[in-house]
Amino acid sequence: MGDAGSISIAIVGSGGAGAITAGNFLLEAAGTVGWQGLLTRTVGPQIRGGEAAVCVRLSPRPVECLPDRFDLLIGIDWLNAHRFGAEIEVGPQSLVIGDPRGGELPPNIAAAGARLVEIPLKEMAKAIPDGRPNMIALGIAAKLLGLTEDTLRTLIKKRLADKGEAAIEASEAGIAAGFAAAADLDLGLRLPAPKPASTRRWLLSGNEATALGAVRGGVRFAAAYPITPATEILEWLAPNLLRLGGALLQAEDELAAINMIIGSSFGGTPALTATSGPGLSLMIEALGLATAAEVPIVVIDVMRGGPSTGIPTKSEQADLNLAVYGLHGDAPHLVLAPQSVGDCLFTAQWAVYLAESLQAPAIVLSDQFIGQAQACIERPADVAFIGRRSRAVDIAGAYKRYALAANGVSPMAIPGTRGGQYTADGLTHTERGTPTSGIADHHAQLDKRRDKLERFNYGDHWATIEEAGDLAVITWGSLTGTVREAIARAAADGASASLIAPRLLAPVQPERMKAALAGKKRVLVVEQSHGAQFHRYLRAHYDLPAAVRVLNRAGPLPIRADEVRRAIMEWR
Amino acid sequence: MSTVESRGAFKQADYKSDVKPIWCPGCGDYHVLMSFTRAFAELGLPPEEVVVVSGIGCSSRIPAYTNCYGFHGVHGRSLALASGLKVARPDLTVVVASGDGDGYSIGGNHFLHASRRNLDMTYVVMDNHIYGMTKGQPSPTTEPEFDTALSPGGTGLRPFHPLVIALASGANFIARCFSGAPNETTAILVEAIRHPGFSFVEILSPCVTFRPDEKEWKNLVHPAPVAATSDPAKAARRIMTDDGFNIGILYRGDRKPYQPAVGTPSVELAELEKDFEL
Repeated sequence: MGDAGSISIAIVGSGGAGAITAGNFLLEAAGTVGWQGLLTRTVGPQIRGGEAAVCVRLSPRPVECLPDRFDLLIGIDWLNAHRFGAEIEVGPQSLVIGDPRGGELPPNIAAAGARLVEIPLKEMAKAIPDGRPNMIALGIAAKLLGLTEDTLRTLIKKRLADKGEAAIEASEAGIAAGFAAAADLDLGLRLPAPKPASTRRWLLSGNEATALGAVRGGVRFAAAYPITPATEILEWLAPNLLRLGGALLQAEDELAAINMIIGSSFGGTPALTATSGPGLSLMIEALGLATAAEVPIVVIDVMRGGPSTGIPTKSEQADLNLAVYGLHGDAPHLVLAPQSVGDCLFTAQWAVYLAESLQAPAIVLSDQFIGQAQACIERPADVAFIGRRSRAVDIAGAYKRYALAANGVSPMAIPGTRGGQYTADGLTHTERGTPTSGIADHHAQLDKRRDKLERFNYGDHWATIEEAGDLAVITWGSLTGTVREAIARAAADGASASLIAPRLLAPVQPERMKAALAGKKRVLVVEQSHGAQFHRYLRAHYDLPAAVRVLNRAGPLPIRADEVRRAIMEWR
Repeated sequence: MSTVESRGAFKQADYKSDVKPIWCPGCGDYHVLMSFTRAFAELGLPPEEVVVVSGIGCSSRIPAYTNCYGFHGVHGRSLALASGLKVARPDLTVVVASGDGDGYSIGGNHFLHASRRNLDMTYVVMDNHIYGMTKGQPSPTTEPEFDTALSPGGTGLRPFHPLVIALASGANFIARCFSGAPNETTAILVEAIRHPGFSFVEILSPCVTFRPDEKEWKNLVHPAPVAATSDPAKAARRIMTDDGFNIGILYRGDRKPYQPAVGTPSVELAELEKDFEL
């Protein structure tokens, strides 16, 4: 067995060699027989001619992070594989399969002491009309996993239906050749048969899950500017919003995108934009407008390496400071972070619900890792959170858009409502909305906007808390799955630790965190940021015990479960 | 509109709010406000079905002075905000108010793309060739030799030509007005709002404080000698060669407005989820 009852496979090749397609098919085939899994792509910025790798981790149970090392590595070619460096690690127990004419084995892989097997993938592909080496690699991987050729054939027929009979035949022949080539090979690992699933497995990326969660929450308008790694959210929303009677506008830039969604929401239609760090930077001014004018909007930031253009195709958790503190003035708003591919759905839906309920902007900090990872998971539960905005309908007398209500939320008149006419304003305003520079109005409206967020009951969804001992590992976002696995492995080695992962980063929840930290003597903070932004954020808002250690690193090399496990073990 | 019939005709006063305008005495924008309210009354639009959207600057204060719905947003982004509103709520009449700094400088990119997108809305720019609210800096339409504290001896830069840019970018209706001629301005605004697609109305609106020389504009403006054309090539030649004081409708296009069909779902949400099932 590989890490924690899973098997992990990596397939690498030059950009365009089809490694990623092979990985996608492998995950889907495993899903159809009931396994769960996670697939990540690692690509260079080039569309073709660069490097591409696909990592697939399969298990009978949910998979929420990458393995420490890969049990099986197949190189369609090794031409650019050295660029992955430490991202694809193999060990003495691993099986490495490569084409003898596929270039030189990268030094770190050659030095790992893995079992090496040569299979002439290119030559075999040439023997098949329109044959491609990636399908042979797929056949090899499937055979070694114990999947049947029938499962693969059914999948190929479904996936390549629109490519024609010849393409299907070529792929089937490639897969058959792969099965034959692997006939005498043994991975030395077997996954237990999956429990029969009560419902069909879902296969989706975090970005798709985010988009689905948003429309489940009531979003019917989106505006955005394309940006890696957020674009898949837009590409899912564009056709599907139309089907739902909504629309997506491709904006001329991010400044336009966020103002467009403010316009839509002002008109009564819940709205969203999706971007990454550079786009979020451009949106900050208008986020302040949405805060001041009390217009609900949702901004998804699929974080990538920064600052500036950074590493667009790789993950990092370094937009936390910008999201929490970036706005000028005192501008209370919501910041949330999903914790897995499946949780992207819940968190996006909850973000819409909170934004609509509180008439405030919500920033959702997803990241490249969970955004672009494909997961094969159990169908996510239906959630009851549907955006419900307090609306002013039967208006008699003078309407006060920003009336000081006990809970801070004042009913919002939607254009078309007679008697509700008001001007939404970024200028400091009176209860009616009329601009003023008066001290009393300024203070009253600042209080109103703070109180409505602070007095709301966010319930248990604010954080994932898994109680097990006086060492608390505090993490956030996509590292939650990694830390959960590390804690499970440490427990197997006799060291217990609790998990605390806030899903709601702003407004902060001091009372809830105090309760979560009760009895904790030590805190280990785990985060993927060079500047330890999350650690500083925790220090600023919460009382931590005296003993605190921080495991932080910039992207793009992911923090592995084994690193966290070791940090727990070393601190017994 | 049925609402109009049941409520009787609207008067100009129905569109005026009780908020006292913060503009200098003699500012051209007072007349623009008057032309707005007169045009809305003439069109018989229920005030709650009109939204006036603006950015930042003297001219952008106008929404609160009307009794319509309004949005006074951030600097330069009024067209974007209005575009999102119009796509989501095509039933509303959307009028965007801006100035030469807000609309042509910080918001310049949105001007191009709103013209190109051709949503059915009206864009009114009150052009006084100066930044008034920040006390007299050169704007994209300021003459090259105009001396300011920020541009001693003048900018030396050729002024921006908004009407040509609107035409080249795809605006469907282009007109120039003078604030001091509210009857003509009202008539043109009525036409602009009625015309399908993106209507651009540039209103020369003098800044009496930082550009007292603009008091002379009333003597320079003159009605356009020929009627509006629907031929962009002819319109371009006219606009490029006129003296900048030619008042009237200069171009009327027949491009179909952009508007996605919103409001009626063709599938249930549960249907979309099936895409993810294995």
